[in-house]
Amino acid sequence: MDNTVANTGTEGKTWGGGNQPLKASYGKMMMWFFIVSDALTFSGFLAAYGFSRFKFIGSWPIADEVFTHVPFFHGNYPMIYVAFMTFILIMSSVTMVLAVDAGHHMKKNKVTWYMFLTIIGGLIFVGSQAWEWGTFIKGDYGAVQTKGGNILQFGEYVTVEGEQKFKRVALGDFAVAEEKYRTEHDRKNGLWFVQEGTLPTYTVDEVYKGLESHPNVLVRTQIINDEGEKTVLSREESLMQIKNNGKLVVEGANLHVNEYGTSLFADFFFFITGFHGFHVFSGVVINIIIFFNVILGTYERRGSYEMVEKVGLYWHFVDLVWVFVFTFFYLV
Amino acid sequence: MAHAHKLEILRGLIKFKSNTQKIWGVLILLSIITAVEVVLGIYKPESLMTKVIGMKLLNWIFIILTIVKAYYITWDFMHMRDETKALRRMVVWTAVFLICYLVFILLQEGGYIESIYSSGFVKRDF
Repeated sequence: MDNTVANTGTEGKTWGGGNQPLKASYGKMMMWFFIVSDALTFSGFLAAYGFSRFKFIGSWPIADEVFTHVPFFHGNYPMIYVAFMTFILIMSSVTMVLAVDAGHHMKKNKVTWYMFLTIIGGLIFVGSQAWEWGTFIKGDYGAVQTKGGNILQFGEYVTVEGEQKFKRVALGDFAVAEEKYRTEHDRKNGLWFVQEGTLPTYTVDEVYKGLESHPNVLVRTQIINDEGEKTVLSREESLMQIKNNGKLVVEGANLHVNEYGTSLFADFFFFITGFHGFHVFSGVVINIIIFFNVILGTYERRGSYEMVEKVGLYWHFVDLVWVFVFTFFYLV
Repeated sequence: MAHAHKLEILRGLIKFKSNTQKIWGVLILLSIITAVEVVLGIYKPESLMTKVIGMKLLNWIFIILTIVKAYYITWDFMHMRDETKALRRMVVWTAVFLICYLVFILLQEGGYIESIYSSGFVKRDF
């Protein structure tokens, strides 16, 4: 060896190599750097969301009115379910950090159990997110989109405990479906192998007729007034808007239309929570791999559970991102 | 493996006996913060609706509480508290600086476009 390796005479000096000034292993440091770059990706998305929101600050949907459902319960419970999801994710972060701690003490059984609980927490979260998407896609009241792409919603004033409140009314409560002049275009008839999406239950004409015959129903626009609420039009204006500008009946939300307001809101919602959900999903997959490695005793033989720690860093990062998504989509 | 954990949070106000105990303590803290956020979000107290530096006071409270949560997740769950100063600064300062820069530019631009829309150069397209 002495013949092939040149000694530089700097061994043991600061720049001689072999030092670990950060006292972290290569793998752990690289995981941190990956997290920094991923954090920048997410903040790029969230900042873009902020950009669009500031751009349409006077007509952005109010999150409290959009996400109001809890599985198995009827009624209006804004934020309760997302708060539950947040708690689940924080809880699975806790079991993850407990697994890391047990790993430091080389307790294989404890690591196994905590990893298992972490995976379960992750699965509950992804499932909840799927449910949340489903509810959002299905929508609840329906709306009419105008020629200019704005959304007109319906509702009526009701007196609750002596206070006048605007209560949303679903399209089905006042519009009556009549015989349609056209049916949905399937792959099997008309132009072959070409199809279109589901047609709305009602046409704009039917909605207008229903609005005419229900004098208490009013139209609400996207514009936010000084009290921070959406503007409600007068009866005459309501009829006029639907008659002159109504173009398309919208039920639910997708990447093209969104009954809750601007379609940008739905686009960002699907994109950002989807990207985060993908992270959670891949986190669960990686956790499962590590879980089996723990069971097989790989880290026991290696003499160190550092791998659990590195995966843990990623898992906590997913939780960290959710904390921000939660704030900017549901709270602010 | 010697793993020295720093076992105090809130600048030494609360000290824990073991690392496990600290983890549960941080969980309680994070849960309380989330609960406060949810309650404020549901009831939206009228007194917090005043505007401070371009945004509602309530929104500022939400953002600050979020950053507090992010701090405890990074410092205690991700063990940033136990890393060397150099690693901590490398990760945190880089991210914080770049994110602040990006957010400032995009929000500034968004606000500008909004002012173009609202001050009459573009008509609302009903």
